[in-house]
Amino acid sequence: MTDPIILAEGLTKTFDSRARTGRFKRERTAFTAVDGIDLRVARGELVGYIGPNGAGKSTTIKMLTGILTPSSGYLRVAGYEPQRDRVRLARRIGVVFGQRTTLWWDLPLADSFTLLQRLYRIPPRRFAENLDFYVEELGLSEFLDRPVRQLSLGQRMRGDLTAALLHDPAVVYLDEPTIGLDVVSKHAVRGFLRELNRRTGTTILLTTHDVDDIERLCSRVVAIDHGRVTYDGSLEELRADRDLETVVRELYTGRSLVDTTE
Amino acid sequence: MAEPTTADGFADADAEATSAGPLPRSRAEQRPLPGPLAYLLLVRMWSRAASQYRVSLALTGVAQVFTTCLDLIAILVIYSQVPVIGGFTLAQTLYLYGTTRLAFGLSDLVASGVETLADSIRLGTFDIVLIRPVSTLAQVLADQFTPKRFGKLVPAIATLIWAVIVLPVQWNAIRVILCCFTVLCGFVIYCALWVLSGCVSFVAVDAREVANTFTYGSEFATEYPITIFGRPLGLALTFVLPVAFVTWQPTLYVLGRSDPFGLPGFLRFASPVAAVLLSGLAALVWRACIRRYRSTGS
Repeated sequence: MTDPIILAEGLTKTFDSRARTGRFKRERTAFTAVDGIDLRVARGELVGYIGPNGAGKSTTIKMLTGILTPSSGYLRVAGYEPQRDRVRLARRIGVVFGQRTTLWWDLPLADSFTLLQRLYRIPPRRFAENLDFYVEELGLSEFLDRPVRQLSLGQRMRGDLTAALLHDPAVVYLDEPTIGLDVVSKHAVRGFLRELNRRTGTTILLTTHDVDDIERLCSRVVAIDHGRVTYDGSLEELRADRDLETVVRELYTGRSLVDTTE
Repeated sequence: MAEPTTADGFADADAEATSAGPLPRSRAEQRPLPGPLAYLLLVRMWSRAASQYRVSLALTGVAQVFTTCLDLIAILVIYSQVPVIGGFTLAQTLYLYGTTRLAFGLSDLVASGVETLADSIRLGTFDIVLIRPVSTLAQVLADQFTPKRFGKLVPAIATLIWAVIVLPVQWNAIRVILCCFTVLCGFVIYCALWVLSGCVSFVAVDAREVANTFTYGSEFATEYPITIFGRPLGLALTFVLPVAFVTWQPTLYVLGRSDPFGLPGFLRFASPVAAVLLSGLAALVWRACIRRYRSTGS
């Protein structure tokens, strides 16, 4: 418990970009997407990671998964240094990108799952149990045999959730998991995530633009803007009896009424 | 900081298990799936996907055989007009062509999945490769594998067999081994070039054509006797982009010829060294590219 499962200190990511300023001249500009973030997440937490478009949410998540190498700062996830131990870390984390699928487009959903079993070396019994559990819980049985490209967005998202969880990850990152879903699917996904977190103690870090997601799921909210943490605390404290949407809008436009950080 | 919502707590650092939850895994299973196994697994999956359309697969396979034959026909047409090109007879050139084509065809079979890399980097789907617990290279090489690529091997093998029969060469042990090594080292060198061409996509996303000059260009350059390019370009192909080691140098020995550029004799046997050096370089550059991967916005 004392060891946080995610620990970031001064986490920074700077992108170099070159813009043409003349026929041959090019100007180098550095853009800091994530600017010295400190984050501690304990096992079993369900954290909402919010911020306006371009605030640095996805960049943070990509560093936490090992996709991007941090420019500076200290970072550990489940005891691993993400970029260096990427392959080993991959088996301890699950990732869902709301905007794109991690499944194999042309394969039937069930085949994607068996392929994942082999890639993640999930023991057969464990795999069977988990698959049964998620098929039941997320109602996958009617489209298990269908190629992923033929699934509706809601079905695909349920498939993606299963794919991210079959190997029993300790941490799951969900990047806008409810984007584009209808009310019923959103509700189902939220219920599932809450239940997952409660029953298995899986740590969940979730980015979203949907205020309802935050309200119904997250006990803790971390907000960032321009790559910096602007709020880190409980949902109740953030809201303080007001309408959450108003609070979030204030947070995004920088007129925060809540005192920031530690 | 919020406490975990479960009542049973998490005293054991590695147990996220509850009644419904996961069992702890044994140590042995914690090791990632080795790259070659992951590669084979993915290749099998892609082959199965491709063979869902059997007719299409058969037709494109046959088409591959014919398109590969086109440059063979070009060689035959040239030799119908002149008896010798760059000091090489038809049979000698066809031996060169056969070994080159076979080596390249095998590398194309195994590694041309790299060609999809530029798109996957541009679209950001390469992120998904990075969240899988297996080698990135295995995933990239296996991408979109299709059995139709076997088609490219057919003319190559046929030509090589024909050349070996027709050539007035004493086939002693050294020559036979060297012939096998020519194909093997050529295969490794081309694979390294595929990987390096993939690395270009990390630096310049739209530079696929540039990357193709490495792979298809090198293959073209080694189909013909290098002497046709003249001395400066011939030397460049030997030492700058070491594709001359693919087939040219060992072939000189097999055919019992001296080097037209007057390079020392030990280079005839240097192909394995070139193969090892080039694949080492490719592996290093690949790692550096992965580290510097920038992903896309979203």
